[in-house]
Amino acid sequence: MKVLVCISHVPDTTSKINFTADNSAFDKNGVQYVINPYDEFGLTRAVWLKEKQGASVTVLNVGGKDTEPTLRKALAIGADNAIRVDAEPSDAFFVAKQIAAVAQEGEFDLIIAGRESIDYNGGQVPGMVAALLQWPFVNACVGMEADGDNYNMIREIDGGKEKLSASLPFIIGGQKGLVEEKDLRIPNMRGIMQARSKPLEVKAPVEAANRTEPRLYSKPAPKSAVKMVDAENISDLVRMLHEDAKVL
Amino acid sequence: MSVLVYLEAWEGKFKKNTWEAAYYASKTAEMLGTEAIGLCIGNLEEDASEAGQYGVNKVLHLQGDAFNNFDANAYGKAIAEVATAQSADTVIISGTFNGKALAPALSIHSDAALLTNVVALPESTSPFAVKRGVYSGKGFNILNSDAAKRVVNFVPNSLAPVAGEGSASVESIEASAGDVARVNVQEVDRVKGKIPLPEAERVVSAGRGLKGPENWGMIEELAEVLDAGTACSKPVSDMDWRPHSEHVGQTGIAIKPNLYIAVGISGAIQHLAGVSASKTIVVINKDPEAPFFKAADYGIVGDAFDVVPKLTEEIKKFKAAN
Ligand SMILES: Cc1cc2nc3c(=O)[nH]c(=O)nc-3n(C[C@H](O)[C@H](O)[C@H](O)COP(=O)(O)OP(=O)(O)OC[C@H]3O[C@@H](n4cnc5c(N)ncnc54)[C@H](O)[C@@H]3O)c2cc1C
Ligand SMILES: Nc1ncnc2c1ncn2[C@@H]1O[C@H](COP(=O)(O)O)[C@@H](O)[C@H]1O
Repeated sequence: MKVLVCISHVPDTTSKINFTADNSAFDKNGVQYVINPYDEFGLTRAVWLKEKQGASVTVLNVGGKDTEPTLRKALAIGADNAIRVDAEPSDAFFVAKQIAAVAQEGEFDLIIAGRESIDYNGGQVPGMVAALLQWPFVNACVGMEADGDNYNMIREIDGGKEKLSASLPFIIGGQKGLVEEKDLRIPNMRGIMQARSKPLEVKAPVEAANRTEPRLYSKPAPKSAVKMVDAENISDLVRMLHEDAKVL
Repeated sequence: MSVLVYLEAWEGKFKKNTWEAAYYASKTAEMLGTEAIGLCIGNLEEDASEAGQYGVNKVLHLQGDAFNNFDANAYGKAIAEVATAQSADTVIISGTFNGKALAPALSIHSDAALLTNVVALPESTSPFAVKRGVYSGKGFNILNSDAAKRVVNFVPNSLAPVAGEGSASVESIEASAGDVARVNVQEVDRVKGKIPLPEAERVVSAGRGLKGPENWGMIEELAEVLDAGTACSKPVSDMDWRPHSEHVGQTGIAIKPNLYIAVGISGAIQHLAGVSASKTIVVINKDPEAPFFKAADYGIVGDAFDVVPKLTEEIKKFKAAN
């Protein structure tokens, strides 16, 4: 079985977010990049499929050369090989077209992506890939167990969970639950050494038009100072929530 | 030209969020100088004509075995077909779990641009431009699209819908779900009587400061008097004190209720990323230096085990008096 794990390369969760002086772009200065947290769960799950079922695991990123350390990290965690589609990932439709093309060409059976990237918070790419390939799609997937070519899965829905199954090929948008936090693989020395010699193929993008264009960026308005309420006067808080904040 | 809105029903019933979508659509239709048309899919136990109160005059109802269970591509194909039949170049979908799974599929099946995580009504309609959240609550951007068609997926609780007069006509229609491979839904397990977090107007949330899962009774009581949903910080769900579905933050659910009460949560940057869009934030923490106070509107320094029961009592008193 061939598993394709989509990896987006995003600012570390502790990053301070700044925009360029004219607010037209994200300011990459001094920002540390990591594997998108949602993709980490999918990657570890894929490595389990490799260990338990002999799957081969390919990691894929659509991005510039600066994302290669992130792909090497994924290789160190246990992927067999990596593909980078050499293009700026500026629009979800464009990225989805690239992923669908790689999946078709490489005859993959399963695509594991994340529920969303924590940078643009689009949550768009996996569902688009599913529609382009006409494959079943399971978003917000929090559990996946193989039963031959059929997979039993659990996904989050509003106010609950849904148990469902799908047959290969299909694509998931994964998150915590695919594996637990404590089971997340991190690169060890041996993995890092091996990753250096694993193949990382750079591909030219297929043609696709952008459908959106990001313009002005801005930051949330600063909060006004906190009003402290004495723990002995909680009725004051209730009054302020009613009269000032108007939320009661 | 028209604006089509997916009026999602959960087990045949509409939620507040459904009417927010209807309202979003009718306001957008006003900006475009056209009408908003509603679309319901699957069995209904409630009357869809209520959409009329939010400016949608016509509701189409699509039923059939193919729609008994949710499948992103099947729903996406059908909605694309209805959009074409109604000459809708804008489709509004609420950012529920199903909405988020469906919107990308729909955008592909109807060759439309996809605008997600949208936090307000469109900034303009020519070019079509929306304000959306980026970097997990740490920023916004304006996204333009010149495409002839677009799908807008907005974040629940972004608008305050105002109900007016009016009643929508409801008519049955047919559309095909296509015949591509789909998921087989076996069991839908929705917790009864609980408010799903993304649409909760009030949320009571607690963190590691509560010491153990046995102490959540007082959190649930406070949530009950407030008619609020319950949430938690990430370590709390990692330790299985609470279900994962309650985990809010950068890597959990992002929410924007009117009132967010955080009890025994330090206020780490990743937690704030998912909750800082809340309108009013109340922080209860025994440490006056807890970083969460900087992001709060109201703060109480005190022991949760002392403060939370008192707050519950005060709110009960307030409710009795008002
Ligand atoms: C990649 C990544 C992603 C993450 N994503 C998220 C996320 O999505 N959501 C999230 O929440 N976290 C996330 N985190 C974790 C985050 O960094 C913090 O570790 C976490 O939010 C802390 O949880 P807490 O506030 O419950 O616990 P703590 O930090 O331990 O804080 C407990 C608080 O309780 C207070 N307290 C203790 N006893 C009492 C009492 N009796 N009464 C009142 N107050 C009391 C303490 O003063 C303290 O402030 C992420 C971390 C990483 C690295
Ligand atoms: N540039 C990219 N390269 C590879 N995978 C991506 C890229 N962008 C998004 N993805 C995948 O799609 C998921 C959802 O991303 P998004 O739609 O951008 O929120 C991510 O978790 C990744 O698995």
